Amino acid sequence: MADVSTLNTAAIGNDAARNRLSAGPRGKKPKKTLSRRNIMLYGILGLAALYYLLPLYVMVVTSLKGMPEIRLGNIFSPPVEITFEPWVKAWAQACTGLNCDGLSRGFWNSVQIMVPSVIVSIFVASVSGYSLANWRFKGSELFFSILIIGAFIPYQVMIYPIVIILREMGVYGTLTGLIIVHTIFGMPILTLLFRNYFASLPEELFKAARIDGAGFWQIYGRIMLPMSLPIFVVAMILQVTGIWNDFLFGVVFTRPDTYPMTVQLNNIVNSVQGVKEYNVNMAATLLTGAVPLIVYFVSGRLFVRGIAAGAVKG
Amino acid sequence: MNVVPINTTRASHSVSVRDLTLSFGSLTVLGNLNLDIHDGEFLVLLGSSGCGKSTLLNCIAGLLEPTEGQIFIKDKNVTWEEPKDRGIGMVFQSYALYPQMTVEGNLSFGLKVAGMAKEEIAKRIARAAEILQIEPLLQRKPAALSGGQRQRVAIGRALVRDVDVFLFDEPLSNLDAKLRSELRVEIKRLHQQLKNTMIYVTHDQIEALTLADRIAIMKSGVIQQLADPITIYNRPNNLFVAGFIGSPSMNFLRGELVEEGGRTVFRTNNVSFSLEGYETSEPLIAGRKVVLGVRPEHIKVDGDLAGEEAHEAVVDIEEPMGADNLIWLKLAGHTISVRVGGARRYAIGAQVRLGFDMTMASLFDAGTEERI
Amino acid sequence: MAQSTPSARPNQLFRNLNSKIASIPMIFVALVIFLGGSIWTIVYSFTNSRLLPRANFVGFDQYERLWASSRWIISIQNLAIYGILSLIFSLVVGFVLAALMDQKIRFENVFRTIFLYPFALSFIVTGLVWQWILNPDFGIQGIVRSLGWETFEFNPIYDADIVIYGILIAGLWQGTGLVMCLMLAGLRGIDEDIWKAARVDGIPMWRTYIFIVIPMMRPVFITTLVIIGAGIVKLYDLVVAQTSGGPGNASEVPAKYVYDYMFQAQNLGQGFAASTMMLVTVAIIIIPWAYLEFGGRKRG
Repeated sequence: MADVSTLNTAAIGNDAARNRLSAGPRGKKPKKTLSRRNIMLYGILGLAALYYLLPLYVMVVTSLKGMPEIRLGNIFSPPVEITFEPWVKAWAQACTGLNCDGLSRGFWNSVQIMVPSVIVSIFVASVSGYSLANWRFKGSELFFSILIIGAFIPYQVMIYPIVIILREMGVYGTLTGLIIVHTIFGMPILTLLFRNYFASLPEELFKAARIDGAGFWQIYGRIMLPMSLPIFVVAMILQVTGIWNDFLFGVVFTRPDTYPMTVQLNNIVNSVQGVKEYNVNMAATLLTGAVPLIVYFVSGRLFVRGIAAGAVKG
Repeated sequence: MNVVPINTTRASHSVSVRDLTLSFGSLTVLGNLNLDIHDGEFLVLLGSSGCGKSTLLNCIAGLLEPTEGQIFIKDKNVTWEEPKDRGIGMVFQSYALYPQMTVEGNLSFGLKVAGMAKEEIAKRIARAAEILQIEPLLQRKPAALSGGQRQRVAIGRALVRDVDVFLFDEPLSNLDAKLRSELRVEIKRLHQQLKNTMIYVTHDQIEALTLADRIAIMKSGVIQQLADPITIYNRPNNLFVAGFIGSPSMNFLRGELVEEGGRTVFRTNNVSFSLEGYETSEPLIAGRKVVLGVRPEHIKVDGDLAGEEAHEAVVDIEEPMGADNLIWLKLAGHTISVRVGGARRYAIGAQVRLGFDMTMASLFDAGTEERI
Repeated sequence: MAQSTPSARPNQLFRNLNSKIASIPMIFVALVIFLGGSIWTIVYSFTNSRLLPRANFVGFDQYERLWASSRWIISIQNLAIYGILSLIFSLVVGFVLAALMDQKIRFENVFRTIFLYPFALSFIVTGLVWQWILNPDFGIQGIVRSLGWETFEFNPIYDADIVIYGILIAGLWQGTGLVMCLMLAGLRGIDEDIWKAARVDGIPMWRTYIFIVIPMMRPVFITTLVIIGAGIVKLYDLVVAQTSGGPGNASEVPAKYVYDYMFQAQNLGQGFAASTMMLVTVAIIIIPWAYLEFGGRKRG
């Protein structure tokens, strides 16, 4: 019985196979474009993109309109009459308190804060990372663990002790003080970034350099630095955007005449005095956002790599 | 085991390792290790990965700090010396060339760091480049070199240092088989030309056997046997060495020693093997559990037999390898391999007669795994 | 025979000296600022310091006052609403966007650039833009009303009941791009063969995501959760820019409470107590994660 039945199915199977050969492929040939799935896919992505782009669009449009047009129209309509006056006003005349010299002051303050802070914080963190990756000593990993855990502590917990320390050092409220603060709070992420990068370089290179007689600083400067330009760029992107966007440290650790751009922007827009000039506000907001946006659009993939490195801790 | 009160023989030692222990926390990588390397000797540290051979080399180089013990190079205690002051040069598996420097920059970096005069640097580079035939490559960057060229430059970097001791850390492992055998010959030639002490770490037994004056086989941070290649191959100290060296590997038969007709013979699964011709270091006592080891090329088949004791075996599978033919047979319940000439073929299931060459065989205690 | 005398191990303190010197800033930050600063703040939260820190200990007074303050209660409630919703939304939206991006689409780079650019902007800029978009007279509410729906109500700037949701919208706009990027990296890290195997087995795509891919991405989810969580507790600039904590104190958050008491109300003790509570909140988020991540690894 068993033999007969298997024979039968085998024969049927053969027939079916022959039929299939003559009938060609089964099922519909998948269409490449404009399938329902693709419409859904791109539809949702397009809508999401619209939501993300909307604020940028609103900022640009508003900043190019005159105040009468803003009062009449709605915020999404394109400007009827394009004017750059709000931009000029935001840059050179907008008032914060008694000062009416515009955002330009904040911009230059931010530049003065950012440039040395970026350099100092990257230098200190890269040396720490190098030391952790290549020259471990007893306890170095423990200090590093504390540093990384510290990255999660809210700034508010540590701010006042820092105020006291800076005051004792006589640099509270000065540029030096703020540079120190940015170096401190940039340290966990940057040290992690550099430590992991240096540890990923072949260890044998480091050994070879030691056999060649190079010391700590010689290996750092002549072997490691030239090999690590990409990671320095990533760190720079991270720090330039991070420090430029900072608000809290700017408020706490500087005085009104050295306020960074973000603080000044907030003071201009949220000042209670006078008539609200929305177009000037939006121009000022765009000006403040311009620096990190330019960094973002220019650096592209490196920026993604930077935040991924900064975000994925441990 | 801790030997050698200090005496004058030390003077001929180029590198001496005394009671070296290295542990990371509770993990002991090297345990109380002693090793003396003669002047001009080519010593190979052989073992599988994780046996501690590279760790030992790194300790000698000064790249790792020992937990206990002393290291002497040219009779100078260098245990706590910086790597650069030990009079060593080192060649790494990944070449470890500085990618941003030219070949010349790579060769001169160490000398510049040491503050050597320009003319002297140029002289040394010229000499090294000539020996290694890399003159046309001097202005290139490492990325523009082939694997073999990179390794030559890496050797050159050790050469310009003009040192007594060369350390090689698996220098050929990243190369393909053909280049590897070429550079192997070159390293051997270099050694004959320079007559430096060379310590060479590898996991490749062919490299070890072809290059070494002496081989130190390591396992779990302990040297299992330290001897010349012939001795290592023919008279392995213990079961581990016997199994590690040789490809295809040695056949092992577990059994015991029994009295038969007034002589001690080896017996496994009710088949007896005469031990005539075996050189033993201790009396063979009946009743002892042992392992008999015979290399595939030390077993005679059918026509090669000259009237000695022979055993019936059945051909199980055949592996023709060109020059040789490796046949796997069933003998007394064991599977064993025999190496015969490439032209001799056997049908599967065929009955053949095998004779063991006991003068080349090894006998190990089944418990201690030491050679008897 | 000189070589026979074992040379003494050099002083451990001076070995690797350059590395130790170079690590001084790191050690200083770790021990003095992070560890020392936190302990200092906790200790002084038990004092009645006002304009200047004074070691006049008053027990839990500051904490009692803190939890009796309606402003603090509102801050905590706001943080809870914002935190829970922004965790849920950013994970869901971020994952869905990442999954869509992972369908081998065209213009992937363009989409990614669009989704991520808000992350490059500061919270101040974000808050000010949304303050404008949500402006009741000219923004969304005004537009809908001008289209004829006169009674339409959507005023998350001046309506105390929904003000925190306005901040949530802005926060999500700024941060979901990052979550999307992390999720996309996680999805890309999954073996292609898993997809092939699921296709051969005839498992529908949504099932593959829910039952196979998401469980495999557990580490990415946990990391993302911790990052969002730590960020939420720090929420400050966005509120300052978008609503200044108003109307009244309807959109106050703990970080702002701390700042105001420390630097404006000159009531340091209150500020220290509030910041210690923030630290406790973070510890509640971080310690279970650290335990799972590092404690489990040692045993596993």
